[in-house]
Amino acid sequence: MISSATIAAIRFGFGRAPGVEPPQDAAALLADLAGDDRMAGRFPVTRFDETVAEAQAYLAAQRAARGVKASGKAPDPAAVAALKLAKRQLGERYQGGAALTLARAVAAPVGFRERLVWFWADHFTVRSKTTAQMMGPLAYVDDAIRPRISGKFGDLLVAAALHPVMLVYLDQIGSFGPNSPFALRQNRGLNENLAREILELHSMGVDGSYSQDDVRSFANLLTGLTFSLATGFQFSPRMSEPGAEVVLGKSYGSDGPAKLEDVVAALHDIALHPDTAHHIAHKLAVHFVADAPDPGLVSAMETAYSGTGGDLAAVYAAMLDHPAAWEPVFHKVRQPMDFMATALRALAVPPHRLVNLPAKLVQAHLVVPLQLMGQPFQQPTGPNGWPEEAEAWITPAGLAARIQWALTAPSRLEAELPDPRTMVTEALADAASPDLVLAAERAESIPEGIGIILASPEFNRR
Amino acid sequence: MAQALSRRLFLKGSALIGCSAAAHPLMSGITLASAPWDRRLVVIILRGAMDGLDVVRPIGDPGFAALRPGFADGAAGDGLPLDGYYALHPALAGLKPWWDSGELAFIHAVSTPYRDKRSHFDGQDLLEAGTGFDLPQVAVQDGWLNRMLQSVPGMQAETAFALGRDEMKVLRGDAAFTQWSPANSLSLTPQSRLLLERVYHEDALFRDAALSAMDLAEKLADPAEMAEMAAMEAGMKADMASAAIPARIDPVAAFAAARLNEETRIAAFSIAGWDTHRDQATGLRRALTGLQNTLLTLKDGLGANWGNTAVVAMTEFGRTARQNGSNGTDHGTGGLMLVAGGAVKGGRVLGQWPGLAEADLYARRDLMPTSDVRAHAAWVMRGMFGLNAGLIEQTVFPGLDMGSDLGLLL
Repeated sequence: MISSATIAAIRFGFGRAPGVEPPQDAAALLADLAGDDRMAGRFPVTRFDETVAEAQAYLAAQRAARGVKASGKAPDPAAVAALKLAKRQLGERYQGGAALTLARAVAAPVGFRERLVWFWADHFTVRSKTTAQMMGPLAYVDDAIRPRISGKFGDLLVAAALHPVMLVYLDQIGSFGPNSPFALRQNRGLNENLAREILELHSMGVDGSYSQDDVRSFANLLTGLTFSLATGFQFSPRMSEPGAEVVLGKSYGSDGPAKLEDVVAALHDIALHPDTAHHIAHKLAVHFVADAPDPGLVSAMETAYSGTGGDLAAVYAAMLDHPAAWEPVFHKVRQPMDFMATALRALAVPPHRLVNLPAKLVQAHLVVPLQLMGQPFQQPTGPNGWPEEAEAWITPAGLAARIQWALTAPSRLEAELPDPRTMVTEALADAASPDLVLAAERAESIPEGIGIILASPEFNRR
Repeated sequence: MAQALSRRLFLKGSALIGCSAAAHPLMSGITLASAPWDRRLVVIILRGAMDGLDVVRPIGDPGFAALRPGFADGAAGDGLPLDGYYALHPALAGLKPWWDSGELAFIHAVSTPYRDKRSHFDGQDLLEAGTGFDLPQVAVQDGWLNRMLQSVPGMQAETAFALGRDEMKVLRGDAAFTQWSPANSLSLTPQSRLLLERVYHEDALFRDAALSAMDLAEKLADPAEMAEMAAMEAGMKADMASAAIPARIDPVAAFAAARLNEETRIAAFSIAGWDTHRDQATGLRRALTGLQNTLLTLKDGLGANWGNTAVVAMTEFGRTARQNGSNGTDHGTGGLMLVAGGAVKGGRVLGQWPGLAEADLYARRDLMPTSDVRAHAAWVMRGMFGLNAGLIEQTVFPGLDMGSDLGLLL
């Protein structure tokens, strides 16, 4: 029987680390959510307003380099070189975001908070569409997601849905009330994308009781939300569809000027909808416990959600209070980023070394391997984020990339590798199978032994 | 997702794995046998809902021009005339010769049974499951290509190949198939392999994936193939100068062609990037250029085998008939299917055209579907592999009525 302390570290954190006392139980996991966000303070990211200023500077550099070209004169070598340098630096900082995200996971003593941040960042997936705004998603996670993972779901939904990075990603900045003064003058109109994905992905779920008419009315209600680098976030009544909108049977707004408060009120109501309670409870259970979770577990979480008006800490507590969450069978497979964080933690790679890693090593040993494992950093294919099913990750190509990284990357990232015979116990404790313990002993070299441990099912499951 | 791979990486992947003459049993453990067919089927899933109305434009329909006045490419202006009624998106100009020679066909106004919720992800799941919407999603465990493999004797793991990093649910299921991404590699010492086999032994998911990967990796380590790779790279350099090579080789398609020239008879992969809510002119051009590169690379790589090949490209649903408020289109219903290859009787736009008057639209917003996308895939499989209709309608696409044969194949 695998102990609950082992399960707590493996299933709800990033595994065990040498010299770090693992959380013993549910109480220790929940305690990780209280108090200051120490990891955000220790490894700070560029704030969103600073990324906006940087994006503007990048676009200015682009205009300087291209403007000369357009005039037919020979390009100004200085402007072209400046743009090239700016692009390279931006690319390196973007990739550095992967190292920083991993460093926080490696440094966090318990890890439950970081795991939840990753879960919600994926639930509210965004992706940058332009080079200039490449740093947006990292800032978005710290701005909108991190401070709200243990509060009311409605507050998290509002913060994520109204964040400029989301407005750009799901095309809200191109949606205008068809009868708004702006649309009539500019011949523009509605774009349903954000409205549909909020209902389908972020709140009620695809089986939720909303209709195409709800999508349409909700899209009308969302008009007015806009963002540009020059003006920042705005709610513009000139872009809003005039009049009230009925969404899920309730009317929002009036014949007066459109107000942001109506959008916020609708989001809070959607957050409290029973379909949302079910969808969020189920999705959390799928992510943390099993691809096909125990219905009793989901039901307990759903009840906690509904009974507290969507208090997420209460939902997590209900999950951790349920015996199904502690089943000593590891159904889930770590996604590549989670796998990498768990490996770096087990190897005791110092987090400050990760954040100071030269750009070339970040690319070679973190960014490219994540692509090969099937999870390019911050680049999911669609707004539904990354798949949960084990089968989606443990494919021949995906597993080959894990094995290859496990065998080669540790010696390039960590000068002094641990003895595989000690490491197997330190990392997996009573979750290591006798076969794995034996394999760690029989390896021909230390890097091989470590590679076998990191590539093992025990290490990749949680 | 399309990855920009260096040419060298592409050559390494496709030449090392693709030029091997040795068949190898993978997960199935079946011994070497010749492939059951000469014909080759390529299934491409276009993820994100391709706007069929902009790809094959019904310029002969009096309602069309007014629906999309804002697109930069113009509703009709720069399209390539096909048959007087339809015009091809200019980004597919490189395929116009295929149309002229009868290697390219389209079927308009197709859909799966999926209606109304217009979710990409449920739409794709249903498309790949190949079922109706009467089964709950959780009950759909396998994809239609896998059910086809399950029902034909003599299949080897390498008969069907899923390519790329995204899981291809259309091939998910009990029948063995192979999956690989051409950018990946794996190099193991014999001792590492032995130890890994041991630690994976009790976990079927890891064991099957690892054995398949390690088998491919052994090919990678074959010195004869290293020499072959060098030879192929030299040859490729010479070829690059000739106009026959597409502007940009698609690594996944090149790898697929190499496998199809060996034991593989069915290849499946996906191309994303069709969700053109904003500035469709730019987004669709980009996606179509990628699709065209894929198809040109496939034909080039398949050489003489192209004559025995059919490529089927399908998407989860179409998009709104009208442009939306940001020069794009939103999620719709009726869509477009592309069929290409030397085995195809092309040069035709098939499917019953439903019309674009408001009353003719589905829910007054989308192109009305007039045929089931699965029925056309079914006729292609029947024609290519000689499967009987009863098997297809009961097992591969349970509950499907195949309808009448449009004669997609030569």
